[in-house]
Amino acid sequence: MSYSDKNRAIYQAQLKELQDKGLFKQERYIHSSQAADIEVEFPAGSPIKKVINMCANNYLGLSSHPEILKAAHEGLDSRGYGMSSVRFICGTQDIHRELEKKVTEFLGTEDTILFPSCMDANAGVFEAILTDKDVMISDRLVHASIIDGMRLCSAIHDTFKHSNMEHLEEKLQLHADKRLKVVITDGVFSMDGDTALLDEMVALCEKYDALLFVDESHSSGFIGKTGRGTHEKCGVVGKIDLITTTFGKGLGGASGGCVSGRKELVEMCRQKARPYLFSNTIAPVVVSGVLKVLEILSKSTDRRDKLEKNTAFWRKGLTEAGFILKEGDTPIVPVMLFNASLAQNFSKDLFQEGVYAIGFFFPVVPNSQARIRTQVSAGHEIHHLEKALEGFIKVGKKYEILGKTKQEIIDRYGM
Amino acid sequence: MNRDEIKDIVLKYVIAEYAEDENDEITFDTPLISGGIVDSFSMVSLKRFLENKYKISIPDEKASPEAFDSVNKITDLVIEFVG
Repeated sequence: MSYSDKNRAIYQAQLKELQDKGLFKQERYIHSSQAADIEVEFPAGSPIKKVINMCANNYLGLSSHPEILKAAHEGLDSRGYGMSSVRFICGTQDIHRELEKKVTEFLGTEDTILFPSCMDANAGVFEAILTDKDVMISDRLVHASIIDGMRLCSAIHDTFKHSNMEHLEEKLQLHADKRLKVVITDGVFSMDGDTALLDEMVALCEKYDALLFVDESHSSGFIGKTGRGTHEKCGVVGKIDLITTTFGKGLGGASGGCVSGRKELVEMCRQKARPYLFSNTIAPVVVSGVLKVLEILSKSTDRRDKLEKNTAFWRKGLTEAGFILKEGDTPIVPVMLFNASLAQNFSKDLFQEGVYAIGFFFPVVPNSQARIRTQVSAGHEIHHLEKALEGFIKVGKKYEILGKTKQEIIDRYGM
Repeated sequence: MNRDEIKDIVLKYVIAEYAEDENDEITFDTPLISGGIVDSFSMVSLKRFLENKYKISIPDEKASPEAFDSVNKITDLVIEFVG
């Protein structure tokens, strides 16, 4: 037996350390479909509780949309369950290529390649297009999957301060001698809900002959007038060299991702990206669902318009109640509590009030930046948001933080 | 160029480059990499800054996280190559 008591003890000690530090993650079991109203078992073995979901990436409320369920059923019937092959052997169906073309059209790019997830897209893209003669210059708050992708790439890596264009320009000058320079950012940053300054970044990239990469996972489908993403909001459609995005959030919420952009870069991914070459792609049932998602979103902006209204209602309600929010206009609305224990206790009390929202604290966010991250959905009706707001206000009163400044909250609860 | 001048220039660069806010106190001996102020990625710009500023070339094997872990240690490294 190789899994000796000594080996087991090593892992038991590591897991205990996570528990002792308050970093141990526990899953909550949801007994219903993903929606605004969900039924949750938490902790495990507890009676099922009906709560309002304020922390899903289900931005457009499409996770359980009847037309998408129907399309997925049809896809299952006509194209089967699995491919049992990677793309370049015998794992590509007509609908995979159809989805790539539809995504290209939706995002306003030149070509697209599907990946099993956006995590995989970000893990594979840099290594496929760059060498040790090149440099990657990333915003310091980009998503963990991008950081992993950069670690797998032989190009050197530098960073610029979050959304600081002067600092980015300094870095472009510092690395002017490199063969290729790629500037890397999220479109909407997942923890703070703020938006990248893509128009300024495009201008800098043009000035210094750099490529621009944007992860649109928290933007695709709802940011911009017709929901194309941050590049639409910033007026730079067609000027982003590489976009990665996911079908696991706003665009149906199932799974899968892609790299979309300049056709040569996409082709390099098709030839060299390891998660594409060595893993099955998105299952036909999901491809069929995402095709329907894009059809719905291309016909009408109703859902992203409703999300915009819901977001404005939610931000206004929380602000008027006296909470401190991270400023912005995206459906990611962080309610700042600054102290990690307060964030955890606040989340537990919200659950008792029928509101499901999770506390985030170090190391996921910087020290003294603990928060409850709320996410608004087009699947929410105003009555959901009103009830959630009641819950927030009740718990906020309990901890006496309403109308208090950051310093007053820190003075009382610590950093 | 004497050691104190180099130390001051390196410290000024490190503060401008890596301090997130006014509460971050960085001194000549503050652990930069082991203290989590500079991540291993961001060492690249520090290395390139030193090379450009002092017209030196620091081999990759010398640019270890240990050698970059404080302003004093970085200064030692620079002096080694400036001669």
